[in-house]
Amino acid sequence: MSKFQKPAWLDNGVVRWVDYRLPIFSFVSHELYEYPTPRNLNYWWNFGSLAGIVLVIMIVTGITLAMHYTPHTALAFDSVERIMRDVNYGWLIRYIHMNGASMFFIIVYIHIFRGLYFGSYKAPREILWMLGVLILLLMMATAFMGYVLPWGQMSFWGATVITNLFSAIPWGIGDWIVTLLWGGFAVDNATLNRFFSLHYLLPFVIVGVVVLHIWALHVHGSNNPIGIATKGEQDVVPFHPYYTIKDMFGLGVFLIVFALFIFFAPNYMGHPDNYIPANSLSTPAHIVPEWYFLPFYAILRAVPDNFIGGWTTEWLGFVIVEAKLAGVLAMFGAIAVLFVLPWLDRSPVRSSRFRPMYKWFFWIFAIDCLVLGYMGALPAEGIYIVIGRVATVYYFAHFLVVIPLLAKFEKTRSLPKSISEPIFGGGGVAAAGAAAKPMEKA
Amino acid sequence: MRKIVTLLIVGISSMAVDTTVHAAGGGKTPPAHQWSHSGLFGTFDRASLRRGAKVYREVCSSCHGLRLVAYRNLIDIGFSEAEVKAIAAEQEVAAEPNDDGDVEMRPAILSDRFVSPFPNENAARAANGGAYPPDLSLMVKARPGGANYLRGLLIGYKEEPPGGVIVPEGMNYNEYYPGNMIAMASPLSEDGVEFADGTKATVEQMANDVTTFLSWTAEPELEERKRMGIKVILFLLILTGLLYVVKRRIWSDLH
Ligand code: HEC
Ligand code: HEM
Repeated sequence: MSKFQKPAWLDNGVVRWVDYRLPIFSFVSHELYEYPTPRNLNYWWNFGSLAGIVLVIMIVTGITLAMHYTPHTALAFDSVERIMRDVNYGWLIRYIHMNGASMFFIIVYIHIFRGLYFGSYKAPREILWMLGVLILLLMMATAFMGYVLPWGQMSFWGATVITNLFSAIPWGIGDWIVTLLWGGFAVDNATLNRFFSLHYLLPFVIVGVVVLHIWALHVHGSNNPIGIATKGEQDVVPFHPYYTIKDMFGLGVFLIVFALFIFFAPNYMGHPDNYIPANSLSTPAHIVPEWYFLPFYAILRAVPDNFIGGWTTEWLGFVIVEAKLAGVLAMFGAIAVLFVLPWLDRSPVRSSRFRPMYKWFFWIFAIDCLVLGYMGALPAEGIYIVIGRVATVYYFAHFLVVIPLLAKFEKTRSLPKSISEPIFGGGGVAAAGAAAKPMEKA
Repeated sequence: MRKIVTLLIVGISSMAVDTTVHAAGGGKTPPAHQWSHSGLFGTFDRASLRRGAKVYREVCSSCHGLRLVAYRNLIDIGFSEAEVKAIAAEQEVAAEPNDDGDVEMRPAILSDRFVSPFPNENAARAANGGAYPPDLSLMVKARPGGANYLRGLLIGYKEEPPGGVIVPEGMNYNEYYPGNMIAMASPLSEDGVEFADGTKATVEQMANDVTTFLSWTAEPELEERKRMGIKVILFLLILTGLLYVVKRRIWSDLH
């Protein structure tokens, strides 16, 4: 008898009546009860569903905050403080939303690194991966604009620094974009208003892209820690109940961590300057973005003033790229390389478990990203500049040099014949390669 | 794979710590004080809040506002309604326009916010030699180091700056203030206020008390937050434990 049974409630009369007209119940049955999922997914596969749940939490708390928030430069800061002091459980809603943004990024970064480690971006999941990168971009835009809303010092100065970046784009286009973002000639009330409007809109765009992301996922199903395709019923289990319960357990663990921040260290990941009302006449000593932007901020600042401007341009002759623009291009390039990663990595083996060299470079890359984050938080001076530059160059080298070369020269380990082979016998070389700890499969 | 988690935690915490240290650049790191309201179960020391409110009202309030706090909020920390009404009535605020359209002044009432000492920033600067005494409602949250910094600032004045440092006219040397030169003269002096509960008003005592009071104005939800947090965490621990058991049972037929 197959493990993949339609649920009994599909036979219910009302359900059948509705389903005949709108097959929503068949859809649920198909995507949960009959949806085959590799049986060997480890806990790193929990982070996708966690991201989805946090997205919902963000939307619910965000809508509630919007009921009490006032997007006006003279009132925004105080309206947030009213939420904290006078709205019933306003402090709770705000702290959930504030820390939820950080949690969202932690989860999504782990989710992405999971993909990098197990080669989830490779065929046939390229579009799935690219949709993911698009989600990351949308999240960054949303978080950036959300941070502006409380209209504290970091809100204002962060908005000023980041929007000004676009002015580096030549031919007047940059200035046009900046004026459009500002709705005037400085970060001011018009800016705050449009940022609020867009901050409300973008999460729903993210929902839309997430739907596409999951649609693409359900076409070929999840990758898995061994990285080989599933080959029949012994390799898979129905999503429900196996992964619904596993995801719920993971959610519980996550909520504990989340609650520790909300209730006991709600401002740990924030910056004290944002409790000072925005003041266009007083610049903070160090303008630092939120922690989740720090690696990109470090890349932005890593480009030397005369790098392309005084050097490559002469060499190329016709490309006039100013240093500031080069920095901006590098920053966006850091995400753009993720888009094309499926085509940079031509190694046929997905999982790092069978790629002895890639595995090492994966960890070096992970450390490189942490170093970049660290440099982003430090003032750009002395040795920090050098470290930032080296780490930036390595970031790109990882994708543009290391990965293509590994695809050519790395000797990969032999793959097991199927996911279930190491479990039900077979043994030999293959079994050793796939000898995951039993807990990881639990 | 546990490495990823460790790395992330180390990375993130070091970043947060790091920004804190840098923003404070120039002043010494203030000494850590044992606050009644720190820790998982911390609550504000009521007697200290009461003394701190007195220090604020009798010393700081001549220069600094507390514009986000309403008089009625004092009732939450043990002041009686009559006491708070009396405190509020000492100040005047603009009333609604009367029938003739004139705006008159009336005594403040419970629902009013603390009346700031100066009508605007320019007036505040004019009265303080060009320096601006910031509003204190959120001060503890708005400085790296929080309560420890504020306490440090109040006890950190040095009559004799360390060798070679020249203190310009109108400035004062403070160990913990970033850059060390602050326009506010040491606001606290021994026995500057008289505490009703007989506590001796040393500079350090007053600094501790007013800092406790300003920690409350910055985070009036702190006690409720921590109390709820304990319950939520306990609930989640049990729930997660149960989910784990269920998960093991569901998966048992696969192992
Ligand atoms: C005579 C007026 C006056 C009094 C009284 C006064 N202050 Fe100040 N305070 C100032 C001025 C002026 C500044 C701005 C200093 C500067 O910018 O250099 C200031 C700044 C501060 C700051 C900000 C320091 C920083 O990190 O930026 C704090 C905190 C502060 N005062 C606390 C207090 C407390 C607490 C009291 C009561 C015990 C108090 N002040 C009493 C005038 C005063
Ligand atoms: C709002 C943010 C996101 C949500 C809600 C989300 C949701 C999900 C879910 C539910 C899954 C299936 C469970 C899993 O494999 O963990 C998944 C898989 C995946 N996601 Fe995301 N995701 C998000 C962002 C991203 C980003 C930013 C990327 C990459 C840049 C990405 C890349 C992938 C890939 C490659 C898979 C398939 C993984 C595999 O099967 O091995 N996702 N996503």
